[in-house]
Amino acid sequence: MSGTQSTYNDKVVRQFSVMTVIWGIVGMLVGVIIAAQLVWPELNFGFLHFGRLRPLHTNAVIFAFGGCALFATSYWCVQRTCHTRLWGGPLVPFTFWGWQLVIVLAAVTLPLGITSGKEYAELEWPIDILITLVWVSYALVFFGTVAKRTVSHIYVANWFFGAFILTVAVLHLVNSAAMPVSFTKSYSAYAGVQDAMIQWWYGHNAVGFFLTAGFLGMMYYFVPKQAGRPVYSYRLSVVHFWALIFTYMWAGPHHLHYTALPDWTQSVGMLFSLILLAPSWGGMINGIMTLSGAWHKLRDDPVLKFLITSLSFYGMSTFEGPMMSIKTVNALSHYTDWTVGHVHSGALGWVAMVSIGSIYYLLPRLFGKTEMFSTKLVTVHFWIATIGTVLYIASMWIAGVMQGLMWRAVNVDGTLTYSFVQSVKESYPFWAIRWLGGVLFLAGMFIMAYNMFKTMAGGKTEDMPVMAPAGHHA
Amino acid sequence: MDINDLRSVTTVLGLLCFLGIVAWAYAKGSKKGFDEAANLPFAEHDEEGAAPRASHPR
Repeated sequence: MSGTQSTYNDKVVRQFSVMTVIWGIVGMLVGVIIAAQLVWPELNFGFLHFGRLRPLHTNAVIFAFGGCALFATSYWCVQRTCHTRLWGGPLVPFTFWGWQLVIVLAAVTLPLGITSGKEYAELEWPIDILITLVWVSYALVFFGTVAKRTVSHIYVANWFFGAFILTVAVLHLVNSAAMPVSFTKSYSAYAGVQDAMIQWWYGHNAVGFFLTAGFLGMMYYFVPKQAGRPVYSYRLSVVHFWALIFTYMWAGPHHLHYTALPDWTQSVGMLFSLILLAPSWGGMINGIMTLSGAWHKLRDDPVLKFLITSLSFYGMSTFEGPMMSIKTVNALSHYTDWTVGHVHSGALGWVAMVSIGSIYYLLPRLFGKTEMFSTKLVTVHFWIATIGTVLYIASMWIAGVMQGLMWRAVNVDGTLTYSFVQSVKESYPFWAIRWLGGVLFLAGMFIMAYNMFKTMAGGKTEDMPVMAPAGHHA
Repeated sequence: MDINDLRSVTTVLGLLCFLGIVAWAYAKGSKKGFDEAANLPFAEHDEEGAAPRASHPR
């Protein structure tokens, strides 16, 4: 296990980092297109209509953009904090090429209408099997690397990455259980309200573990690195981790308020969603306070701006989420654009920004440079992305509350005050503002891609030697 | 004793387990190990002369 001669496996990190930016552009472009389709319905061409493109957008941004970012950062972090090269040999490139194949297959099948119809788990069974193979390989590589670490501790970021990998495996296997009737069609193994509950147990934990735990792993490594100081409180990070693990699993029923799901199950889901506020804010405070005593760095470091702003949006959306899970609030917010705004407050503000910040940290180091081609363009990207996110979520809040109020308004004789179409008509201006917010966010990604290719040009791609942990006694 | 007693016991044990973790995390004896772990990202001299540094005073 002597690490002096070996090098880190940075090739796979390089591959996943570049594809994060590429898939980010693709996924967000599809998002901008479907946002435009809502404002200008004549843009729904043939089979490329909103209904087919929407799952393509969600799959591309979550699993292609977010997934590649998670692979890249977890592989970087686990090697650097375990002081050893990635374990797994050929499994490592298999996770990259296998995951890219999954993405391409999703991009082909979803517009063709090949879908199992489960939100965020639309891919049909042959692709589900490929996902399982890639994911098991990912788990083997990650935990194999942790197992052969040359230090005694497992850094907290790796706990979060590990929980994300393990939980997503369980979620995927349970929710994807299906009976195939042909090569491209299958039906869920569950029926009725059980099917709905399993779907949202999956759906909410995909938010909790794919879109939260994994990105918190990023936060716990890249915020301290970029700030140049250890995490504010390691104790808090331990409690943060276990509190999140113990509570997230139960929150799923809040997606099924006022449905056929038993009332007590809805109440349990609401209660645990409210409890989740505590670990979420504990984690946010831990990340932001890591900067205490070094606040001045925020002024001229756009990478740190991305990371700290992402934590602010994380705090906002994890406050908003528990509030929306309260049944009486949910009666107003559910099925409206408020939900869409809430999701994007988390997706653009938290997930995308912490990924973008982390990838900006990685790119120069992966290509033998000291910094990005243009730090100024990183700053421009930051402001465009922030303005785009704010436009997006503010317009969706207004549209959502308006829709909720219009749908529930009744006349004295008990008839509905407004028809559904009236609420659609009133939503148009806000959908236009949302589209503009999306265009700005996408523009930021194009700037990032330009900056990335300029940084890559003439860069060295030699793997860095594994460093013996300084002054460590393992 | 039916299956529901087992479910209640599991939930209570889960809570006790979590409280145990909190007590362990904030116990005096855990401090040194946590400080070492918190410095793991800095245990390589890859840039800016990053070396292990003192943790925050808590």
